[in-house]
Amino acid sequence: MSTTTLAALVPLLPLLGAVAGLLTGRRAPGFAQPLAVLPTLVSAVLAVLVAVRQGGGEPLRAATELTPTGDDSLPIQLALDVDGFAALVAVLVGAVATCVQLYSTGYLRDDPRYASYASFVSLFTAAMLLVVYADDLIVLLVGWEVMGICSYFLVGHYWETRAARDASLKAFLVTKLGDVPFLLGILALATEAGTFRISGITSRLGSQLAEFELAHPTVIALLLLAGVAGKSAQFPLHTWLPDAMAGPTPVSALIHAATMVAAGVYFIARLLPVFAASAAAMVVLAVLAAVTIVGSGLSALAQDDVKRVLAYSTIGQLAYMAGALAVADRGAAVFHLLVHGAFKALLFLAAGVLIHAAGTNSLAAMSRMGGLSRIAPDAYWTMTVGLLALAAIPPFSGFFSKEAVLAAAEHAAFGAAAAGTTPAAGWIVLAAGMLGALLTAAYAARLWLLAFRGEGPPVPAEEHRREPAVMNVVLWVLALPSLALGLAYGVLPEWFGGGSLAPSLATSVLATGVALVGVLLTYGAWRQTTAHAAPRTPMGAVAAHPRGDAALSEAEAIATHEPAYGDIASAPDPADPSRLLLGPLHDTAAHGFRLDAAYAVLFVRPTRAAARLVRFIDREVVDTYVRGAGLGPRLLGSLVRRTQTGNTQTYLGALLVGSLVLAVAAVLVAAGTSGA
Amino acid sequence: MHLAYPAVLAALLFCVGLYGVLARRNAILMLMSVELMLNAVNLNLVAFDVWLQERLHTGQALALFTIAVAAAEIGIGLAIVLLVYRTRGSSEIDRLRDLRETDTGPDAGAASGADGPEEQAGVQATTDSGRQTS
Repeated sequence: MSTTTLAALVPLLPLLGAVAGLLTGRRAPGFAQPLAVLPTLVSAVLAVLVAVRQGGGEPLRAATELTPTGDDSLPIQLALDVDGFAALVAVLVGAVATCVQLYSTGYLRDDPRYASYASFVSLFTAAMLLVVYADDLIVLLVGWEVMGICSYFLVGHYWETRAARDASLKAFLVTKLGDVPFLLGILALATEAGTFRISGITSRLGSQLAEFELAHPTVIALLLLAGVAGKSAQFPLHTWLPDAMAGPTPVSALIHAATMVAAGVYFIARLLPVFAASAAAMVVLAVLAAVTIVGSGLSALAQDDVKRVLAYSTIGQLAYMAGALAVADRGAAVFHLLVHGAFKALLFLAAGVLIHAAGTNSLAAMSRMGGLSRIAPDAYWTMTVGLLALAAIPPFSGFFSKEAVLAAAEHAAFGAAAAGTTPAAGWIVLAAGMLGALLTAAYAARLWLLAFRGEGPPVPAEEHRREPAVMNVVLWVLALPSLALGLAYGVLPEWFGGGSLAPSLATSVLATGVALVGVLLTYGAWRQTTAHAAPRTPMGAVAAHPRGDAALSEAEAIATHEPAYGDIASAPDPADPSRLLLGPLHDTAAHGFRLDAAYAVLFVRPTRAAARLVRFIDREVVDTYVRGAGLGPRLLGSLVRRTQTGNTQTYLGALLVGSLVLAVAAVLVAAGTSGA
Repeated sequence: MHLAYPAVLAALLFCVGLYGVLARRNAILMLMSVELMLNAVNLNLVAFDVWLQERLHTGQALALFTIAVAAAEIGIGLAIVLLVYRTRGSSEIDRLRDLRETDTGPDAGAASGADGPEEQAGVQATTDSGRQTS
């Protein structure tokens, strides 16, 4: 088969799997697992095959016209464009999706809605692969929106709980808020560039001979940026992502590692020349990335729910990628995307095992249990690897990719980078990146210390049901790239056709030093708080069925967190080192700097007030006229009804008189007309 | 014969019938008065048929038709009167006023919608009791 056919099959197979799964899920539940795992697995293998055949060489392009638009020179084409970026990102998506599907077979083993869940995961994967391979902006948009609706269904998987229902709606609405400007941006870009093909736009912008320039590059870039900020959860549209933790853990892993949030960063990487055409947009992107890095780091430090810590870390790591793009280094951005995809999927899936083992998602409760590392040794070791990669400790993979980002920022800051960047953007990203390195190391250390170094009555091992083997196997499979993928920095520039991704000495020493400081600070604070809060009061929020299915205990953990602590994000735990580290900031940071409350004041309340006003106008003003119109005839009717005496002869008399009057009138009229 | 004689006779008959329908209290007499009015019309039909010398004799045909309809009508009418008499012990037409608009029902001005079903229910009750007594 030709490489083009293989590339077309990569997004098609999960789509077919999803359709088949949705059709047969109810009648033949036995087929649900193979229908979920096999197409994704085959498509991952095909993605690897495509990547091997493409080999980072000339981009592979193929197109067929999908539908004409009103303008003959602007058709929508079913086009694919497989360059080094697309090939490698597709491999990541396929691999992570396969891991997630395998993990889900164990995690949601007893779930009654497993078939539809797995089908939506497949559909999600297909949509992301379509976004990765698509060369046409409209086709890309289709995949982009399918992901949006799939995230709605998947985040709301435990729809029996209120948190999950609210979170799914919020995820859908917030990303849609970004998608409206995104659509306008796509249309404006295609109108100005004269084509929907991404490869056409970038080659026109890139060629020196054509001297093609966009008329309004800043407007277009900012419109597109709104959609990207919504999808990739960047400030100020990031608020949906921490709440999306109400979904099952494998879904969090899929959304946060390889799909959905990665789509936004990948989109900018694909269309970097468009963004680079506007220095203002690049500075805006840099500022957004910097705000997001610092804010998410502080928030992650204060969260109590394991998964919410990881969610804020996802936001922060995506902001690193956005920062790399703000200094026009897409090689570094996609490198970090690949590495982050691997270790974040690992972290989430390990957190799923951890939550099942502990029966709670609360770090405060975990820090009061002894021996969690003994009960879930696989989760312990793999999560350690993942957290080291997250904190960018050499030689783990996260170190290399983060250093690539920081090195790119350093080049831009000292004016040695590609066109389209400004030293200002470089400095912003560099400073925020250093601060982010400190915070990342601090919250990674806090998570590890609280989860695995807790003191208290040990959970008896026999009481806890062991995870299915497949879940632990997947963890080790993902631990491998988290350990070693960073070493690919020597090979990747060939695929990306960009500059070197090797870490530069100054930033690496500085960033690693800062990260170590973060770890030591957290350790010191932890020793301090655990010593002071020695008589520890036990904390609640423990799942009622610790021996049940993993998904069941997670759903219960989510549902009980708020009743137990009075809050979904934080717990009143005096032994938490983050209280010492953040001081008075702690409470604000735990709630994402009250951004949700601000949005509630700015948008939700005015909308509700407007709705009440419309309701009042409809009920009290419009309806008054309607009721008034009914009142007159009703009064008349009640008058006329009084003549209904029940006496037949009265009626007949009235009938006679009436007909006489009519007859006389007719005669008079006839006489009058004939006489005239 | 001049047309005036049957026409005047028919007019007189009709007036007698009309008086009976409007003034008699007995239902059977009222039905008889209706018959008088019908026959006045029949007389007119036949007279004008002859007067106009019509070839198809539509007047006579219509008169036969009216007689048939009148026979059916009087049959049904008498049956109803018989039933009403059995139910109520009287066939006086001005006593049969169950369908009149009453002030005792729901407020006539405010809730007109509620009147219809209630009155229907009243009618049903009387027919039901009628069946029971017969």
